Amino acid sequence: MLTIHQVTKQFDGSQVLKGVDLTVNKGDVIAIIGQSGGGKTTLLRCMNFLETADSGTMEFDGETFDLAKISKKDIERIRRKTAFVFQSYNLFRNKTALQNVMLGLTVARKMPKAQAEQIARSALEKVGLADKADSYPNALSGGQQQRVAIARALATDPEIIYFDEPTSALDPELTGEVLCVMRSLAEEGMTMLVVTHELGFARNVSTKVIFMENGSVVESGPSMEFFTNPKEERTRAFLNTITQHEKE
Amino acid sequence: MFEGISNAVSAFFSQRLVGILVESFPKMLLPGLKMTIPLTAISFSIALVIAVIAAMIQVAKIPVLRQLIRFYIWVVRGTPLLVQLYVVFYGLPNLGIVLEPFPTAVLVFSINEGAYCAETMRAAIESIPKGQMEAGVCVGMSWLQTMFHVILPQAFRTAFPPLSNSLISMLKDTSLAANITVMEMFMVTQRIASRYYEHLALYIEVALIYLLFCTVLTKVQAVCEKKLASYGF
Repeated sequence: MLTIHQVTKQFDGSQVLKGVDLTVNKGDVIAIIGQSGGGKTTLLRCMNFLETADSGTMEFDGETFDLAKISKKDIERIRRKTAFVFQSYNLFRNKTALQNVMLGLTVARKMPKAQAEQIARSALEKVGLADKADSYPNALSGGQQQRVAIARALATDPEIIYFDEPTSALDPELTGEVLCVMRSLAEEGMTMLVVTHELGFARNVSTKVIFMENGSVVESGPSMEFFTNPKEERTRAFLNTITQHEKE
Repeated sequence: MFEGISNAVSAFFSQRLVGILVESFPKMLLPGLKMTIPLTAISFSIALVIAVIAAMIQVAKIPVLRQLIRFYIWVVRGTPLLVQLYVVFYGLPNLGIVLEPFPTAVLVFSINEGAYCAETMRAAIESIPKGQMEAGVCVGMSWLQTMFHVILPQAFRTAFPPLSNSLISMLKDTSLAANITVMEMFMVTQRIASRYYEHLALYIEVALIYLLFCTVLTKVQAVCEKKLASYGF
């Protein structure tokens, strides 16, 4: 469904992405893990054109695009088939939860208001926040805001949802409610690409894991295999430090 | 001592003067309501439109246009308003461009105020976190759609107090239009004053009417700010 090939990106002379390849099939739940600064977030942002890659290609729904030279029209077209969940939620602060979810439908997709509201309400229900429809973001907890953000992503019926460290800004007790929503999405067969530090999610929910370091993919594979039998030395070292951390 | 002052006051407020002041009041207030306020309202509305467009061009970093906007702001902010009025009203006729006083005033005031408000709006837009625009384009909206539905409503709230300031200061600046023969409140006062030769009393009277107008605006601003704060964002 989605393939990127040889994506590179430079920030102020330092090479953040050094030719990354990635394939996403329908129904995949891919966890991208690795230390901070390894290029995970940049990769995700390049894939949704929040950053412009220096080079690389993307194949999406049978069309091929040059990531460095893609037109605004194509970007808007692709974005209407994808959704993005941010680390800092980024709910529209001047809109209620319901309006947040509706805006992508009424404005971007010119859907009639009544129909959009129906979809938005059912999306909020899905994340367990039907009763918060009329609340403004600043009246919601971090976990609730992130769930509204997920509802906003769901409402547009995307082919894939990108998650950029969706729980990193949350207290541990709020992390659970967001992961729970993500897990139920995964079980319903939603295609998801998740940059995360939650190894529990990577191990138990995702179908595939990608380990990135210094702008390159070190290892990738089905989750089970990745955690039980990592092939690369670097992967083993990374998993060891993390598990030791968790034990402490 | 006290007697001296009270004598001076009662001598100052002779029956004749009180009569002049009372008689002049509606003569000043009327052009205030018919000229000063419309001039302010029309010019400020146009200034806001200029400001929003100029601010968006700068934030969007549109080449060439952006430099033109910087040039416009530089020139307008760097030259006196009175000089700008003179250039357009008394200067442009040399090029064969003759404008009526009132349209000239509207033109100059809106262009002048637009430059100041453009900077206010730009700062307000830039104060909105980058994530708001990113979220907007990620749900499929265009840059402009996100601007109108998400960024500008938030920016206007931030910009409201400084914009109110500009409005109040503009209301007072309209008195400069007297110099280009606009029959606004101050022009009318000048005429009355020279007729009766009571400059001090009459200019204080017109000052008090300006003060009244500005007090009303300040009250309205306070009510609006309260209302904005209740919107929950």
